[in-house]
Amino acid sequence: MTTTNPEPSALSAPPTAQISPVAWAKRNLFSDWSNTILTVVCLGAIAWLAYGLLNWIFTQAQWQVISANLRLFFVGRYPAQLMWRPWTVLGIIALSAGLTWGILARSTWLFNQTGLVVLGVIAAICVALAVPVSLNTSLLLLAILGVSVAAAFAGQRIGQRFPTLVSWLPLIWLGIFFVVFGLIRGGLFLQEVRLDDLSGLLLTLLTAIVSIVLSFPLGVLLALGRQSNLPVVRWMSIGFIEIIRGLPLITILFMSSLLVPLVLPPNVRIDRVVRAIAGLTLFSAAYLAENVRGGLQSIPRGQSEAAKALGLSAPLVTVLIILPQALKAVIPTIVGQFISLFKDTSLLAIVGFAELLGISQSILSNPNFLGRYQEVYAFDTVIYFCCCYAMALASRRLERQLGTGQR
Amino acid sequence: MTQAQTDTIQPEVSSEKVIIARDVEKWYDNNFHVLRGVSLTVNKGEVVVVMGPSGSGKSTFIRTFNALESYQKGSIEIDGIKLSHDLKNIETIRREVGMVFQQFNLFPHLTVLKNVTLSPIWVRRWPKAKAEEVALQLLERVGILEQAHKFPGQLSGGQQQRVAIARALAMQPKIMLFDEPTSALDPEMVREVLDVMRTLANSGMTMVCVTHEVGFAREVADRVVLMDSGVLVEEATPEEFFQNPKEERTQKFLSQIL
Ligand SMILES: Nc1ncnc2c1ncn2[C@@H]1O[C@H](COP(=O)(O)OP(=O)(O)OP(=O)(O)O)[C@@H](O)[C@H]1O
Ligand SMILES: [Mg+2]
Repeated sequence: MTTTNPEPSALSAPPTAQISPVAWAKRNLFSDWSNTILTVVCLGAIAWLAYGLLNWIFTQAQWQVISANLRLFFVGRYPAQLMWRPWTVLGIIALSAGLTWGILARSTWLFNQTGLVVLGVIAAICVALAVPVSLNTSLLLLAILGVSVAAAFAGQRIGQRFPTLVSWLPLIWLGIFFVVFGLIRGGLFLQEVRLDDLSGLLLTLLTAIVSIVLSFPLGVLLALGRQSNLPVVRWMSIGFIEIIRGLPLITILFMSSLLVPLVLPPNVRIDRVVRAIAGLTLFSAAYLAENVRGGLQSIPRGQSEAAKALGLSAPLVTVLIILPQALKAVIPTIVGQFISLFKDTSLLAIVGFAELLGISQSILSNPNFLGRYQEVYAFDTVIYFCCCYAMALASRRLERQLGTGQR
Repeated sequence: MTQAQTDTIQPEVSSEKVIIARDVEKWYDNNFHVLRGVSLTVNKGEVVVVMGPSGSGKSTFIRTFNALESYQKGSIEIDGIKLSHDLKNIETIRREVGMVFQQFNLFPHLTVLKNVTLSPIWVRRWPKAKAEEVALQLLERVGILEQAHKFPGQLSGGQQQRVAIARALAMQPKIMLFDEPTSALDPEMVREVLDVMRTLANSGMTMVCVTHEVGFAREVADRVVLMDSGVLVEEATPEEFFQNPKEERTQKFLSQIL
């Protein structure tokens, strides 16, 4: 995909006849002396780096620190006897993701090249896990992957039958979110797990997703508030946005974890996680508001004039005409911001949470795994990358979905 | 040139006044005096064409009729309702006044059909089925029934402008305002839009059109007015206006466009 490649021109094929790889290399890599030298030097550097990396991965690194702590990395100290709940959650998410993918791709092919490569890599990882972890885990993961793929095919059929389902997807996912949250958290007839006891990737995902879901509407409201005709609303929005944007996230997190309890009356206790999520949400909302405002301003004035001339009231003009176009225009920016919010959850480690980075640090302080920094952080890197890349893929799908037939 | 034809299809013009603008004055940014006391009365079923040089305030003037522009002095009465600053009042008037813009201003994120049904559904509170039935009839009338499920970006300029006319008509307005509806179109598409406007005029719709289409004005208009520097300079029947204008400024303007 050209968008992820820093040098799209190097990848894009000539528009006319196909040429052989040799001819292609000759034309693009060895066209003259300086080019040839550049190519050789670059190839050398790449080979040297790749050799070093592979050498480290396969001969020097000691991966027991990962395989022995896999559960800690992923679900942290979630009670062992309740492990069926995270697994069920994974199943539900895989099933819904597959269905959604299928519904969105109802009139195109299900998997393009990138999709197939991603699927292949996931399957390979699932298979490879059999050795260090256990055959059962590996089979379970493969089964879930299978469910997801089957769901994608089913979703395509369902989408063809009920095309209007697409507009319900956001609401459906909100419902799924509450089900998943209820399963993790417990309550009602399930044994309760305190939010503050969550850790590992589970905590990272929980804080990131909740902050993303909450900061979106808040950010949109702030953006609208900033353009409001009511001076009170406008000044409050501007004040909030500018104050938050003037503070580093880490100070907001420190305030939420240290200051808030001091300010609140002693009998009111708010979970630490909830306070941290509030901090992340407010921070993200302020930036989101500015992005959305950019989108709002990019809509030509003729749009709202035409809508007003049709007799639509001001709120309807905003909701039906301006916002849909503005949000569509800023999807890439918004997703970029959500990706960075996801990565920013790693700052929670500094204020004492055991999310992915925090649990990594506590694993590293275990005397059995002293000094295994490189392995642990390499593993964290891969996890963060996978999550962020998944978001990027989803956003591209969303853009294509919304972009069909317009402009 | 089409004298005989015009006479036979000229619809009835009653003397019921649906637009009464009295001494309307407007300043932009408190210093630019764009409308300097403009008065115009339009009867039911009448077609008034507004002409004038660029920047003379034509758009500003007709946009005061549906409160897209405010004004500081004078009064405007639409279909018996005085235009005030009250939001309810403004929305009531906008329901009765349709407007077609130079740049079409279709909603690019909605299909043609949804563009047309939007305000009947949300403002008139019609059930979706009724709104769609009416919309499809209108789209057929303007000759783009087959495009109903496309997005505006997939249509030609002329088709888009016809959708815009259908969208305005869907609210069943009593008055239609046109602000240079053909100025952004390629020459070969001007005709299809003018045809639709002509049919509309013959059906008895009250219309105020800002346009430089002399042929259209001659054939369809009941009155032509010339606006210059925020003042209505001349008001006459098309024959008089084009054949022997009284005012010097009209003569100068006509010599430039004819
Ligand atoms: N929002 C605004 N603020 C300040 N001045 C404006 C604004 N809109 C228009 N004007 C000025 O008011 C004058 C009249 O504008 P208007 O658009 O009504 O002219 P017009 O007769 O429709 O011209 P055209 O034939 O070019 O459309 C112009 O000189 C224009 O520069
Ligand atoms: Mg104009």
